[in-house]
Amino acid sequence: MNNFGLKIERFIEIFIDNGGYKEVLTGLQNTLKIAIIGLAIGIIIGTLIAVVRVLPKYRFFPRFLNGICSFYVAFFRGTPIVVQLLLSYYVALPLMGINLPSVTVAIVVFGLNSGAYISEIMRGGIMSVDGGQMEGGRAMGLPFSKTMISIVIPQAIKNILPTLGNEFITLIKETSVVSFVGALDLYVAFNRIGSNSYEFMVPYLVMALIYIVLVIIITGLVKLMERSLGKSDRRR
Amino acid sequence: MIDVVNLKKSFGDLDVLKDISISINKGEKVVVVGPSGSGKSTFLRCLNCMEDPTSGSIIFNGVDIADMNVDINIHRQKMGMVFQHFNLFNNKTVVQNIMLAPVYVEKKRMRKLKRKNPNGEAIKSTAQIKQEAHDQAMKLLERIGLQDKADCYPSSLSGGQKQRVAIVRSLAMNPDVILFDEPTSALDPEMVGEVLELMKELADSGMTMVVVTHEMGFAREIATRVLFMDEGKILEQAPPEEFFTNPKHPRLKDFLSKVL
Repeated sequence: MNNFGLKIERFIEIFIDNGGYKEVLTGLQNTLKIAIIGLAIGIIIGTLIAVVRVLPKYRFFPRFLNGICSFYVAFFRGTPIVVQLLLSYYVALPLMGINLPSVTVAIVVFGLNSGAYISEIMRGGIMSVDGGQMEGGRAMGLPFSKTMISIVIPQAIKNILPTLGNEFITLIKETSVVSFVGALDLYVAFNRIGSNSYEFMVPYLVMALIYIVLVIIITGLVKLMERSLGKSDRRR
Repeated sequence: MIDVVNLKKSFGDLDVLKDISISINKGEKVVVVGPSGSGKSTFLRCLNCMEDPTSGSIIFNGVDIADMNVDINIHRQKMGMVFQHFNLFNNKTVVQNIMLAPVYVEKKRMRKLKRKNPNGEAIKSTAQIKQEAHDQAMKLLERIGLQDKADCYPSSLSGGQKQRVAIVRSLAMNPDVILFDEPTSALDPEMVGEVLELMKELADSGMTMVVVTHEMGFAREIATRVLFMDEGKILEQAPPEEFFTNPKHPRLKDFLSKVL
């Protein structure tokens, strides 16, 4: 184990004295950026798709929209996120002649991908809200959209919050694949430290530690949100 | 006020309503009774198009609201509805439940006024609209003695309190008629009284009401006309004294002998 002490010394040397921490900070920032903005995009897309999928289907237009959404969900759930990243970065964007930084591409792809998953989560959430809530609103003359936005979706979100927390955690951890398109995330940063020192044990341990701390913080935040959204359930 | 003409409703192969025609006048209190499965709830839900009629028309204030091209929301705002299971909004406090629709409608009206305002009506700010709706909601809550529950969530109310809030919630829109769909069926026996009391008060104030209920005593006391429905048809309609003391249709005689 005296060897291990040496390894730690070597890591600290690279991490602090040689400025490795700067790359780690950038990596952390990118990881969080991709996960948080991706989740936000995912919630918006997911909610829109979920609403389309619960729309009454006896007219042509909702059925048409529903078809598009089914295809979207099937594509983004049916292919690995790495494939989606590679397809966007090396195929779709060059074909369109657009040049975007890899982090931006990653944010968009993660958003589109989690949108597909969140749409199913949200659909479950909407279906878990008692149908009487929609009826109550419609009977007072509120349109479908207003009742959905003010009454049904807030209750649905409350119901799916634990699952959404899950999705966020998955996103954080999955960001480690963005190195495929050359973005600098937490994994790439520690990998570089390892390469520079020819010593991977400590950098990877510290990396795992940072991921765990991130997830613990998120778990706490989700719990806080659950508590504040649960106000309406408590009897006073 | 409401003219139902040749109303038919079927769910798939099942004909629930078979050619119903009836007029309901302003100020009338029509009570609909009948065995379960007779189509009385479906009939009531067709009146404000919560169920779209299969054929026939519902003429409300001169407009056929069964027509798919009519903006049903505008007409529903003038037709209150009270449900068996209250359907209060669980994520809103009691006072927010009452304010929601009036604030929405008034805001929409103000947006229209901003574009076109021929009479030069004063434009209210959102804060003003909310304040007015809040004042009105508090007045309504005072009327049912629940003003101290204004900021509670529905989950903390008893069944009777929930239903009374649901009734004043529909009153907040100043409706021309209120439809009651078995308003006391989901309540504990001791809470039925408070809800019926409030409905009586409404009836006395001249509100037009259509009530589907199993409370025969209530029907006898407040109805101006009682309808008996069975198998999707109105078999008999009469003022309550005649309806209960001198029923003509054999099916009604049979029904009354069981429930009275």
